[in-house]
Amino acid sequence: MESVVFIFSLIDCCALIFLSVYFIITLSDLECDYINARSCCSKLNKWVVSEVIGHAVVTVLMLLSLHWFIFLLNLPVATWNIYRYIMVPSGNMGVFDPTEIHNRGQLKSHMKEAMIKLGFHLLCFFMYLYSMILALIND
Amino acid sequence: MSAPAGLPPRPAGPAAAVYPGGPGASREAAAPQAGPPGYQNGPVQNWMHLPSGYGSHPPNYSAPSGHYSQVPSKAAASHLDDQYRASYYPPYYSAPAQNALTPSVATSVLSTQASQQLYNKTTPQTVGSAEGPTQGAISSASYLITSAQQSYSAFGNHYSTSVSSSVASQGFPLNSDHYAMPVVSGAMYPHLSYPVAAGSVYGQAFTSQSLPAVGQFKETNTFSSQSTSVPHSLQQRVPVGYNSTISSVSAQSVQDNLSRNLTGSVAKVNNQINTGGTDSSQPVHSVSQSIPFTKSGAGTSSSPAVTSSVRTPAPSLSSQPPSSPALTQSPESALQEAIDSSSTTSSASPVLNNYDALEGGGYPETRSVTSSPVPAPAVPQTSKASKPFGYGYPTLQPGYQNAAPPAPVQPSNLGHHPGFQHYPQQYPSVNQLSSSLGGLSLQHSQQPESLRPVNLTQDRNILPVSSVPAPVPNLNSDLRKLNCSPDSFRCTLTNIPQTQALLNKAKLPLGLLLHPFRDLTQLPVITSSTIVRCRSCRTYINPFVSFIDQRRWKCNLCYRVNDVPEEFMYNPLTRSYGEPHKRPEVQNSTVEFIASSDYMLRPPQPAVYLFVLDVSHNAVEAGYLTIVCQSLLENLDKLPGDSRTRIGFITFDSTVQFYNLQEGLSQPQMLIVSDIDDIFLPTPDSLLVNLHESRELIKDLLNALPNMFTNTRETHSALGPALQAAFKLMSPTGGRISVFQTQLPSLGAGLLHSREDPNQRSSTKVVQHLGPATDFYKKLALDCSGQQTAVDLFLLSSQYSDLASLACISKYSAGCIYYYPSFHHSHNPAQAEKLQKDLKRYLTRKIGFEAVMRIRCTKGLSIHTFHGNFFVRSTDLLSLANVNPDAGFAVQMSIEESLTDTSLVCFQTALLYTSSKGERRIRVHTLCLPVVSSLTDVYAGADVQAIVCLLANMAVDRSVSSSLSDARDALVNAVVDSLAAYMSTASNLQQSMLMAPNSLKLFPLYVLALLKQKAFRTGTSTRLDDRVYAMCQMKSQPLVHLMKMIHPNLYRIDKLIDESTIHVNDRVVPQPPLQKLSAEKLTREGAFLMDCGSIFYIWIGKNCDNNFIKDVLGYPNYASVPQKMTQLPEVDALSSERTRSFISWLRDSRPLSPVLQVIKDESPAKTDFFQHLIEDRTEAAFSYYEFLLNIQQQICK
Repeated sequence: MESVVFIFSLIDCCALIFLSVYFIITLSDLECDYINARSCCSKLNKWVVSEVIGHAVVTVLMLLSLHWFIFLLNLPVATWNIYRYIMVPSGNMGVFDPTEIHNRGQLKSHMKEAMIKLGFHLLCFFMYLYSMILALIND
Repeated sequence: MSAPAGLPPRPAGPAAAVYPGGPGASREAAAPQAGPPGYQNGPVQNWMHLPSGYGSHPPNYSAPSGHYSQVPSKAAASHLDDQYRASYYPPYYSAPAQNALTPSVATSVLSTQASQQLYNKTTPQTVGSAEGPTQGAISSASYLITSAQQSYSAFGNHYSTSVSSSVASQGFPLNSDHYAMPVVSGAMYPHLSYPVAAGSVYGQAFTSQSLPAVGQFKETNTFSSQSTSVPHSLQQRVPVGYNSTISSVSAQSVQDNLSRNLTGSVAKVNNQINTGGTDSSQPVHSVSQSIPFTKSGAGTSSSPAVTSSVRTPAPSLSSQPPSSPALTQSPESALQEAIDSSSTTSSASPVLNNYDALEGGGYPETRSVTSSPVPAPAVPQTSKASKPFGYGYPTLQPGYQNAAPPAPVQPSNLGHHPGFQHYPQQYPSVNQLSSSLGGLSLQHSQQPESLRPVNLTQDRNILPVSSVPAPVPNLNSDLRKLNCSPDSFRCTLTNIPQTQALLNKAKLPLGLLLHPFRDLTQLPVITSSTIVRCRSCRTYINPFVSFIDQRRWKCNLCYRVNDVPEEFMYNPLTRSYGEPHKRPEVQNSTVEFIASSDYMLRPPQPAVYLFVLDVSHNAVEAGYLTIVCQSLLENLDKLPGDSRTRIGFITFDSTVQFYNLQEGLSQPQMLIVSDIDDIFLPTPDSLLVNLHESRELIKDLLNALPNMFTNTRETHSALGPALQAAFKLMSPTGGRISVFQTQLPSLGAGLLHSREDPNQRSSTKVVQHLGPATDFYKKLALDCSGQQTAVDLFLLSSQYSDLASLACISKYSAGCIYYYPSFHHSHNPAQAEKLQKDLKRYLTRKIGFEAVMRIRCTKGLSIHTFHGNFFVRSTDLLSLANVNPDAGFAVQMSIEESLTDTSLVCFQTALLYTSSKGERRIRVHTLCLPVVSSLTDVYAGADVQAIVCLLANMAVDRSVSSSLSDARDALVNAVVDSLAAYMSTASNLQQSMLMAPNSLKLFPLYVLALLKQKAFRTGTSTRLDDRVYAMCQMKSQPLVHLMKMIHPNLYRIDKLIDESTIHVNDRVVPQPPLQKLSAEKLTREGAFLMDCGSIFYIWIGKNCDNNFIKDVLGYPNYASVPQKMTQLPEVDALSSERTRSFISWLRDSRPLSPVLQVIKDESPAKTDFFQHLIEDRTEAAFSYYEFLLNIQQQICK
């Protein structure tokens, strides 16, 4: 059972890592002016919900399987994701708004955020991998 | 689904007929070909004739002279005034495109003739044959010249070039060419009579003439001896060529004002001036060249010696020479200044630079450059020329930091100074003059005026007498003269701090205020097949680049060294070769290029206008349709465009109605689409029709429209679907959509709900709903922007219409927003009149289509936030579907890298647009500012108006993204922090008092005004739409208009006869002093005019002089003045005339003609007036004095 939880978490985590990389690539494309703000934001906004769900699922799974440490580790990031999604003003087109992304250094902060998340997911990845192997051995 | 149907009142014939698409389409296709865009506007026709491909200049430059000949009787004084006003624009700026219609045959003759002669002049013979008073003076010198030139015969043509290129290497590419240019200016304003001054200088010239000769014949002359002789001769001779020619112009042109004769004289004068120019530069040459020349074979060996000996003192020296002019010029005779400054172009400047070079700072450069025509020696020297950027510019005038004593410092230079110092006094720039007139004489006080501490709590009269002037950057006079006009381009800090740390210490925002598409009266237009730009950063060549040698220039933004293309070597103005620094691009900081096809993604679009009109019950009730249709009918011919111009109409209530205006129909055909959930175009074409071909149908429609819907019962408004339809209609071409809306959209996509709670209007706590309710309008705006379509919104509503959401459609598509609260055609005549006036301006003003704007700045600076109506497409590219002359922009910047290795920074905006005539054009503005390293200098250069406008923009963002109270706190903190920072730097100040530098003395007042502005005020009942509209205005208005909005001007007008006056175009305009915005200034005996930008209030006191009421208002006494009065009658009395001329003078200074409102002391409209008296206390806000105390308290905390 334990191993199944971690295998699932591992897969989910891989998806989140890919997503983070995708965010970073797309944002840096925008930074280098390869794509315009409009298409960049619509690309990214599509994946914001999946990211929120993906992360929330792992967090909840950890809570259910009573892995307190991993749960608490995931909690702040998951909360931040949800908060960010909820707090989008009604007039904006999503978390990434093409009319504002170039203002007030938003692009930079989005980039930073994506980087931090990538690091976090990598950390989680190895943690899940370790726990999974441990669980498989224990089985 | 859809129900195409003929509608009353006109029997619409076969309503759903099939419209022959074929002919229509082919006509559309043919239209663009019929008129090659270039030939369609006035000036272009002229340009095309000229062989050089550069022909644009001659007509432009000559236009002023044409102008002159047309109006010979104009008062000389008014010309002078004009010139002063436009102080930033050297008079040789060309006429604007519109103006250029004036060039007659005569003017084009002028250009060719003049330039031909100029061209000829480069040969030595013509120098000798120069006519006029200078001839004698020149003769001896010219003899020398010829001999010199013969020895270098192969480079004869390069002569002047080489001179100037040496200048160029000094970083002054531009000035050097004034030899030719000033003539034109002289011709434009020949009434400046200098004969006396000229004569005196002229006399001196004879004596000095022979000096260079002596110098040249001394074979082994030392450098010092030679150069001492040179400056003297230079200094006196330049004026000769210059002044004398101008006086001759005036003499001749006064005699015969006919343009033909004028051209002749100009041509001749050109010649003379050039001879003067060459003359004067000649000595410089002989000096620098005599080394290789006289030492014949030893040239190479001598050159290293020279350079090495000079190189060491170079840095120190370079900083000093400019200081001496700065110091000496100020105390000089006002007479000379007055005379010379009016002819702004000083031919002295280039020589000065040369001189500068001679003095040592520039030795390596002069040598390397001047020797370039000489085949053999000194080529390696060019490498030395590529010194670090900023060095090349002669240093900034020390201005206020002038620690350097006025006496020459370097012993080696002793000999030069006497001559050198005289220059600036003879040719001070206009700006210097105006600044010294304005009491801002930076030059001579130990502590500049802008840094003088002002005790805010004690000094009660801080308002200037007239309008607040823009601070002049502390650059040397040459750069200052070339710099961009503060009306188009302003920086919050005219002294840029060196590092971000210093900027943070100053606690002032760093940013630019732009008004790039402003209506200009003079704009050089350049047609050239290659537009010279930096290869790495794509900066357009501008006056602040440095020419390293003939063939290379160094970008002033990224410091890359670029090649000068072959074509650029040819100067179309003088028709001479090898003078890249004299090209108009390098002479003017505001230029317009006619772009080639490289700058087009598609063929230039035609002008396309679509009007989307609300015809619901509410709209019909308000009665705006009559005004709109009437204005359109009147201005149909004045709509900017060419033969391809297209126009269309859509009306909407709960359905959307289209109008088929296909040529050949007997009357317009209405097509109704009732399926607003899935809107479609009922017919593929003929909804947007050619204005000229379907003119009659359009007129029919406009005449019929106001009455078509008089009996409508439909109260709903399907704005969203109508906009979607409009977008579909426009997307193939792009263009302008003008939307007239009178209520909250209630149907279909984009429907909105009322969010305003009237009880919250005067809340002091939270103001909600400043942001949009839906992203529908934003998305649509971005779609429109992508298809080069801008949406302009006219909101004429009496109730809440959620402008916060609706405004998005214009904000992101680069449109503009007009709001007429409680509009009614008869109940509210003031608003009706305003709409009428606004529409007139709106329909006829210039327009640029499919525009993009890019703002570049010197490496190290970066732009991080943009304000205005546009969409930021990529990091620094603003996408503007339309650009109009009334749009202003602002950007915030940060300093990413330290600017320690440069002394100047530059900013360049390039606006690429398609004109209404289908030409692709690029308007480029370049601003150059000094970098400073001390905090006091940063404060000295603070531009308080720009700072306040930028803060207003930032505060709008803050109140939308965070909350209004946050924004208000931030505004107050901006004052507190900056004043606290200032007081901590000036340790000698008493901490117990609230002190501000003179440059910032108005800062607290302006911020208080902002806090009491509709956008940010709390506690006073403010409707949400009014507030949001004020915020939109702050984001999109240019600085001049915004300042009036924030801090209106108050004048007392019942005693205008006694005021000092100025003369403008034959009119006498009184200049009453500015009054404080406080009720204490209002007396019952007086009448006051308040200029709020878009509205003028005239407040009449109860005991106002009956004569004034009778003469100016046209009523016998106070009691009989009506409550609603919006016009001043034309009474034949002096006071009436003065008042009207004053008001029309104020009106002329802005594009939107403001509405006048007469307010009696007891009328209910009084509150509108009194709310602008921002220095007074209200229930909800501090008075100015209390505000100051509050700030002081916070600082002490």
